[in-house]
Amino acid sequence: MSSDAVILDPRSGMQALIDALDTAGYRVLGPVLRDGVIVYDDVVSESAMPTGVRVEQGAGRWRVFQDARPERFSWTPGADSWKRFVFPARSEVLRIRRTDGSWTTGQPAAPDRPLALLGARDCEVRALGVLDTVMLGPNHPDARYAQRRADAFVVAVTCGEPSSTCWCTSMGGGPQPHDGFDLRITELSDHAGHRLLVQPGSDRGEQIMAVLPGSDAHNADIDSAAHVVQRSVDRLPVRLPGAELPALLAGSELHPHWDDVAARCLSCSNCTMVCPTCFCSSFSDHTSLDNDEAFRTQEWASCFQLDHSYLGGRPVRATTAQRYRQWLTHKLQTWTAQMGTTGCVGCGRCTTWCPAGIDIIEEARAVIGSQMVAARLQPVDVYVHPR
Amino acid sequence: MSGPTVAIWKFASCDGCQLTVLDCEDELLAIAAALDIRMFLEAGPAQMLDHYDISLVEGSITTAHDVERIRDVRARSGLLITLGACATAGGIQALRNTADIDACRSNVYARPEWLDTLATSTPIAAHVQVDHELRGCPIAKTELLATITALLAQRRMPISAYSVCVECKLAGNPCVLVAHGTACLGPVTHAGCAALCPSLGRGCFGCFGPSESVNLDGLRSAFGEIDVSDDVLVHLLRTFNTEAPEFSEASNRYRAAGPEGTTRRDP
Ligand code: SF4
Ligand code: SF4
Ligand code: SF4
Ligand code: SF4
Repeated sequence: MSSDAVILDPRSGMQALIDALDTAGYRVLGPVLRDGVIVYDDVVSESAMPTGVRVEQGAGRWRVFQDARPERFSWTPGADSWKRFVFPARSEVLRIRRTDGSWTTGQPAAPDRPLALLGARDCEVRALGVLDTVMLGPNHPDARYAQRRADAFVVAVTCGEPSSTCWCTSMGGGPQPHDGFDLRITELSDHAGHRLLVQPGSDRGEQIMAVLPGSDAHNADIDSAAHVVQRSVDRLPVRLPGAELPALLAGSELHPHWDDVAARCLSCSNCTMVCPTCFCSSFSDHTSLDNDEAFRTQEWASCFQLDHSYLGGRPVRATTAQRYRQWLTHKLQTWTAQMGTTGCVGCGRCTTWCPAGIDIIEEARAVIGSQMVAARLQPVDVYVHPR
Repeated sequence: MSGPTVAIWKFASCDGCQLTVLDCEDELLAIAAALDIRMFLEAGPAQMLDHYDISLVEGSITTAHDVERIRDVRARSGLLITLGACATAGGIQALRNTADIDACRSNVYARPEWLDTLATSTPIAAHVQVDHELRGCPIAKTELLATITALLAQRRMPISAYSVCVECKLAGNPCVLVAHGTACLGPVTHAGCAALCPSLGRGCFGCFGPSESVNLDGLRSAFGEIDVSDDVLVHLLRTFNTEAPEFSEASNRYRAAGPEGTTRRDP
């Protein structure tokens, strides 16, 4: 017997979890299937969450398949990330109104309930940690991010069906979250039936778990979960040496491969927008027609936009080669020195959602493989571009 | 009435951009209070002044008379702002630029000799200096209002030239090209419409013309991956912004690479 873990029914138990979080005062967010993709949104009923959904992902390709199987989490990861909720794509920052010759200023109200993120994968839990370092860092903490992120309850999920675009194990994580969550679900489906193993990661998690209609988990359930993890690990070969990337990419600024990518890259910004850790934004001011009201908004921006590097009357990174290089090297190289964490968690979204099918791993390999790093890393053939 | 004097002019166009001005229903009273609109035939005002602080120009140049008239408008205007795909790129009527104008004339009109037209449809900027352009077919009400309020407050004009993809992601749309295999011009198209078509599950038609950074050969390869032929791409490029330089260069090259119809596959 293992009393610090419970077994839940995949449907009624999930509903009980949603209800318990709602009762505890959280705004519950979870996966929903909409317009052929899985996104995160408010969930009230477990029936709104995917069941029997598989997703085939590749470079520039996402296809959903629905069948009669009962699995709840047989897909990874969602098209959109949780970033949208802690760092909205567009938000108002400030509003100023002139009345009778004096000014009143207003700021948007703080969210009334903390978030509960139901179904965060390991890469997503780690991505939230990366975003926290950026947004809450001592030099320029973002108070509005702090408000949205405060007290967020994380229900993490172990990945049993990694996508072919997933590469978390190259970036120091996956497929099972080890910290940064309040509860962790591992979906089991074996001779003992289809069920959810729930384990706590915090005191808050234990409190919620205590009110769930579960039975105590047995050692066989724990063993079954370990098997799920091992099966996923076997399907997640290490594709890049994550910790060594900053050193391997150093000095690649003028590498000819950036021009090769630029012939394919559309400079469309999709990769940065779907990335769960990209944090760039721009601010703009708006005024009313009577000039008595002004407001300032913040929206996601990207290093693929010309404005992003506009300095001294022109964009510093005018070519797509320069902009792609900025993106790849910020994620895999310079972020580490800047923020003290890796910039990429290996979720694979940038590869799936690139309309041109550009795979950040392949491009990194192409640059590293022909870099003058042979002396540092022997043998180098693992880095040779496969094409 | 107060505020800057304004004229709204029409050249070869469908009036859709002028209608977008009138479509600002909730804001019309505030617009009328903030701007001193003296010339706007579509709505009524018809005062010919020697000088307007701001001229908004819809339509392209398709006749010798247009050529004279836009010079006259320029001379009477402080700021000249063009509205829409016709004024900024020549519009859909610029399809004539690569066709035989005499054949078009006699195919369409019973008495072609009564028609006085140039062989080309050209954007306003090909004839006079333009200070600011609003893209779209038609323009977006949001961009029009943002431009007017920026002018009134003397702020920088807030037009984003990045791709429609950015607007899709801001709106939370999945990419229709990646998720559904739909041909979409979004990656090469100038923002402004708030991703109207992809928000409804359709591919972008390129109403706002080329974005700040266009890689049509890259998009062509991406279309190849989802089995969209050159014919479909050429048809998409040859609509409202057919004569926008990036679109026309690419569509002419793809057309030259293979005769029409030989590679047709439905998207
Ligand atoms: S760079 Fe790509 S793989 Fe890495 S976290 Fe961002 S979207 Fe995921
Ligand atoms: S990769 Fe580009 S968009 Fe992302 S955080 Fe870095 S500079 Fe910003
Ligand atoms: S990258 Fe790893 S942790 Fe993220 S969804 Fe894929 S398998 Fe799960
Ligand atoms: S790498 Fe892909 S998603 Fe990113 S800007 Fe280039 S074409 Fe767009």
